[in-house]
Amino acid sequence: MKARVLLAIVSLVAAAAGTVRLDAQAPRAAAPYWVLSADGRRSVTAATVGDQDMLRLDDLASMLQLTVREDRAAKALAVARGTSVVVLSLDQGLASIGGKIFSLSAPPARDGSRWLIPPDAVSRALAPIAGVRMEVRRASRLIVLGDLRVPRITVQQEPGGPPTRVSIDIAPRAAYTIVQEPKRLLIRFDADSLDIGPISAGGGLVESVTAADPLTLAIALAKDFGTFRAAAAPVDTASSRLVIDLTAAGTSPLPGATRPQGPPPAVPAQAPAAPPQAAAAGQPPETPVALPGAETPGVRTIVIDPGHGGDEQGTRGASGVLEKDLVLDVARRLRGVLDSRLGVRVLLTRDDDRIVPHDERASIANNNKADLFISLHANSSPNRSAGGAEVFYLSLDGLGAEARKIVESPDSKPVPLLGGGSRDIDLILWDMAQARHLSESAAFAMFVEEELRRRIEMSPNPVQQAPFRVLVAANMPAVLVEMGFLSNPEQEAQLVSDDFKNRVVQALVDAIVRYRGRVEAQAAGRLP
Amino acid sequence: MAVTLRAAALTIITAAAVGAGAWGAVRVLSRPSRGPVAAAPSQARQPDAGRRIKAMLYYVAADGLRLVASERDVVYAEGTSEQAKRIVEALLEPAPEGLASAIPPGTALRGLFIGEQGDAYVDFNGSLRTNHPGGSASEILTVYAIVSALTANLPAITSVQILIEGHEVDTLAGHVDLRRPLPNALQWAEKGTT
Repeated sequence: MKARVLLAIVSLVAAAAGTVRLDAQAPRAAAPYWVLSADGRRSVTAATVGDQDMLRLDDLASMLQLTVREDRAAKALAVARGTSVVVLSLDQGLASIGGKIFSLSAPPARDGSRWLIPPDAVSRALAPIAGVRMEVRRASRLIVLGDLRVPRITVQQEPGGPPTRVSIDIAPRAAYTIVQEPKRLLIRFDADSLDIGPISAGGGLVESVTAADPLTLAIALAKDFGTFRAAAAPVDTASSRLVIDLTAAGTSPLPGATRPQGPPPAVPAQAPAAPPQAAAAGQPPETPVALPGAETPGVRTIVIDPGHGGDEQGTRGASGVLEKDLVLDVARRLRGVLDSRLGVRVLLTRDDDRIVPHDERASIANNNKADLFISLHANSSPNRSAGGAEVFYLSLDGLGAEARKIVESPDSKPVPLLGGGSRDIDLILWDMAQARHLSESAAFAMFVEEELRRRIEMSPNPVQQAPFRVLVAANMPAVLVEMGFLSNPEQEAQLVSDDFKNRVVQALVDAIVRYRGRVEAQAAGRLP
Repeated sequence: MAVTLRAAALTIITAAAVGAGAWGAVRVLSRPSRGPVAAAPSQARQPDAGRRIKAMLYYVAADGLRLVASERDVVYAEGTSEQAKRIVEALLEPAPEGLASAIPPGTALRGLFIGEQGDAYVDFNGSLRTNHPGGSASEILTVYAIVSALTANLPAITSVQILIEGHEVDTLAGHVDLRRPLPNALQWAEKGTT
């Protein structure tokens, strides 16, 4: 038997290493460890031997379907799953898998009739034979199983200020959303669970930092809190730091609260032109997108499409305001806020004054696997008194029977059977894209409408469907927002104001946050 | 298969449009004036010169956001295609008192062809696009004033594709997808008539 041979090897090595066996000390009860897995959270009985945490092997064995056998002659434990075996020496902290010997912080210890093993034996000895990654975090008494995303969160408040600065370390990196409520900021992490470490905060504009729920950190705000700015910076390849600066009401807004209008970014969602360090500070934590589990539904990448551009000016207000300029300005502002507050990747279909063909706008979103597409426009009517914002999603008018079929059976993947003409095939495939997302587009359009209505005037037809060219090929939920009528002189004056633009931006940010909540709830099975 | 047929039909139609478009241009240029409907130039070439039909034409409603139907006299013509031309020409005339036209100034009809399955291809000169004020509301009004005028009055026409100078276009002003025939969409018109 192979196991038998391994036991012998371990015994020999143990013998050669001499007897440094720990004096048997009576285990003392300790707080349990928790194993987090896709199935939930289970406790593992723990004890302290000397100053060493030890975990009950039986608990782990039943969880991982391992068999445990003591070989008294070889003074070893054989732990097996199927044909994989690890042998743990009972004399000293050594173990062997497949002839390869490695050390452990302590040998197994006896607790009555049960065996205890040191925490590092879980990740080093049990994980390889169980065929699953097991990450042990002693400080938080956690064992994370598999690819579960459980970032460790540590919070530190820097002394002094203003501004009051709270640094939140996130390891490994995770995307997050910051939601401002009247008396607190909520930081909701895109993770399976949180491992909340030491929190050292309070004073200045922060009353306390606590866990609001298993995935949310709450910063309770002092009365005179005014505004905040958040920036994320990667600490190393695995972790990132979110820095939140809080300023009191009545003080001047923080510099850089909105993104400066730099040249078009070479890499989308990169920081604005600035010294390298500052650039890093403005960079959103993009890595979570690539982490295992990124396939789960979410809103990680958003494409903003400023309408028109170049010679294609869009509409023009009576006093000369051009739609193409207005929507680019709003798009950049929106990107700035999304970058700093939501930790999502944001791309613009154009970041300067140029013509971008409709299909290219959709391609940018499709090729970057965007989760939302938002086209920004300003309106015009033959009647100068017409005013108010409108939100559109696609109607299938004119897209033909093929598109309708998709809507009727969303799971079908039609391959058009055509006698010839590759151009027609291309058109059909592109045109199918948005048809699959209509109900989500409608849901997002409703959120946008509700959030806009709280802040700006809406048209009598606030949510509509139309066969809009730019939405057709978008392979993700997509809306087109007409923020107001440039043909209405009063509205034209409003539309160019910072206040109006910022209202539109805030409405869109809040709509995105709500939509993200919907997507996550759906993924968790809480919505149909 | 339907798409291939449509593409083939469109090729034939576009080819025809080149010739017919030239004819249309000459015809429009030779118009004496854009007077009242009774003095429409088509009168001279029609055997039933005096005959008229009632047609619903669509104009900008008071709110500037919807179309409103208005019953107008249109010169009678033999055959769906000819009648469709007369209807579009009537739509290009100045709007009746109290209403605004959704069609940009200078727009002229170059040709009109009816394809298979009731698709009408309506070819306009470039003014439809170059004189368009932009904005999705205005563009929707323009497109559906044309689509509705044909589909509401001629049962044989079920959808309408707008061409400019004989060519398919993406959009008029950057919003409405004009690459395929559009069926009528009633939501753009107010209920009732003026």
